[in-house]
Amino acid sequence: MSGIDTDTARRVAKLARIRVAEEDLPGLAADLSKILGFMDELGAVDVDGVEPMTSVTPMRLKRREDVVTDGDRRDAVLANAPDARAGFFAVPKVVE
Amino acid sequence: MSDLTDLTIAEARDALRRGETSAAALTAACLEAIDGADVLGAVAHKTPELAMERAAAADARLKAGDAPAMCGIPIGVKDLFCTEGVASQAASRILEGFRPPYESTVTAQLRDAGAVMLGKLNMDEFAMGSSNETSAYGNVVNPWRRAGDDTPLTPGGSSGGSAAAVAARLCLAATGTDTGGSIRQPAAFTGTVGVKPTYGRCSRWGIVAFASSLDQAGPMTRSVRDAAIMLGAMAGHDARDSTSADIPVPDFEAMLTGDIRGRRIGIPAQYRMDGMPEEIEALWQQGAEMLRDAGAEIVDISLPHTKYALPAYYVIAPAEASSNLARYDGVRYGHRAALEAGEGITEMYEKTRAEGFGAEVQRRVMIGTYVLSAGFYDAYYNRARKVRTLIRRDFETVFADGVDAILTPATPSAAFGLGDMGGEDPVAMYLNDIFTVPVNMAGLPGVSVPAGRDAQGLPLGLQIIGQPWGEGDMLNVAHVIERAAGPVSRPEKWW
Repeated sequence: MSGIDTDTARRVAKLARIRVAEEDLPGLAADLSKILGFMDELGAVDVDGVEPMTSVTPMRLKRREDVVTDGDRRDAVLANAPDARAGFFAVPKVVE
Repeated sequence: MSDLTDLTIAEARDALRRGETSAAALTAACLEAIDGADVLGAVAHKTPELAMERAAAADARLKAGDAPAMCGIPIGVKDLFCTEGVASQAASRILEGFRPPYESTVTAQLRDAGAVMLGKLNMDEFAMGSSNETSAYGNVVNPWRRAGDDTPLTPGGSSGGSAAAVAARLCLAATGTDTGGSIRQPAAFTGTVGVKPTYGRCSRWGIVAFASSLDQAGPMTRSVRDAAIMLGAMAGHDARDSTSADIPVPDFEAMLTGDIRGRRIGIPAQYRMDGMPEEIEALWQQGAEMLRDAGAEIVDISLPHTKYALPAYYVIAPAEASSNLARYDGVRYGHRAALEAGEGITEMYEKTRAEGFGAEVQRRVMIGTYVLSAGFYDAYYNRARKVRTLIRRDFETVFADGVDAILTPATPSAAFGLGDMGGEDPVAMYLNDIFTVPVNMAGLPGVSVPAGRDAQGLPLGLQIIGQPWGEGDMLNVAHVIERAAGPVSRPEKWW
């Protein structure tokens, strides 16, 4: 199952939105391959008919009234932003 | 009274209530100890003014006779907990400058109980690591050293600052978090007690998320009694964490009777690893003897899927991390990379995350991204979740067979040298958590309790795994080992 080449490493870095310099890709691919090789041990387990775990503690999620419980804190929400202007988060221009 | 910083929570609580000392005096003593221990790197952000303010408030409560157990107790808080107005950056560059406008539920409960926060403690970045070497603040050094050898050792990780601070008497106790062993392994490396509660016992609200289905907060202390007291203050249902359990929190301290007669303690065959040091094996047997001497019945058990816990963990934890850490994009908080002309929002994300995340965090985010990507989701992620079901089933089976608790080593070795592990092979570092990871995978409570020393004088810990919501009984077993093993001496002060 395992084995990540430089192209795959480049694609994964892109998907993860982490810039990786071209010259660092082979090292990254090797690291990721080692980790994935370790995971391949899972192939030896018989998982036929086994349900994938969704909740480690069997419990019903609680429901609450569908009402507003919080809000009106614009300035607190923006206080940590690297760039906030006129009550908004500011980002570079997005042109698709 | 002897050195105030040497008091346990229980001793300090009793002394405070008798008026023999004050929260202000205790806090001042800890702050002085912290200022003299910068070389340990355990405290990332000091909050002395806030601490003295809270100490004064605690003293007022004590005077008024309204003093819960934690009132006036100076504690350290792992940097992973959001603390209102106080830097909280998960030891990551990407959260540089972040000051949360809110307080995590666990630290709010401790604060409301009168505990005095001294500062924020160092850790592995985003709690990803087992040696506290991935922190943006730099390494933490273990206050313990090998006899006659000043090689700097790791305090373990990820709660390495918490463990070092508690062992070095910088605080009476500290909060930690444990996703795969991040409380128990550092506790074992520093001769302290560390509790990973049942998943859902403590609210995760306001704790920076790593792997949400595995993360739990817990206490790190110098005695089992202290762990019981502090866990009581941290635990409980919280409407803001839908996975926190709405069940009563018992008086854990009252359950430390020392009576374990007739309890059945399981010894899992699969935890006897190839190449395990003789000392660890001997310690494990001694622990079983201690429990047998106290009237427990020792039984051999089988947890057949144990060896798959670690590889399954290294699929599930990075998968959840890659999703949780997607929020660090340079828009709402923390670091944002400087852009060059013509660069747009995608470049902003990519450069921000490359600059903000350290190497290990980047690796795990990318592994997580890979195992969740189209074409691999079933082969890795779904298979790991199925294996997780089997791991939990192993434990359920032995508990259903009448086993009350399980005894294992806490770690495969004593503390190792900083820089000694994981350089070439990231997987070598992961093996540190081989005895602790299955507990998180199954959502069970586990405690690491000091049980002896190795030939070089370093502390070693044993792990007791309890039944779901069975922290009280589990701590009672740990209490028996603690009493039989005798008190851990404090590390000789060299800093």
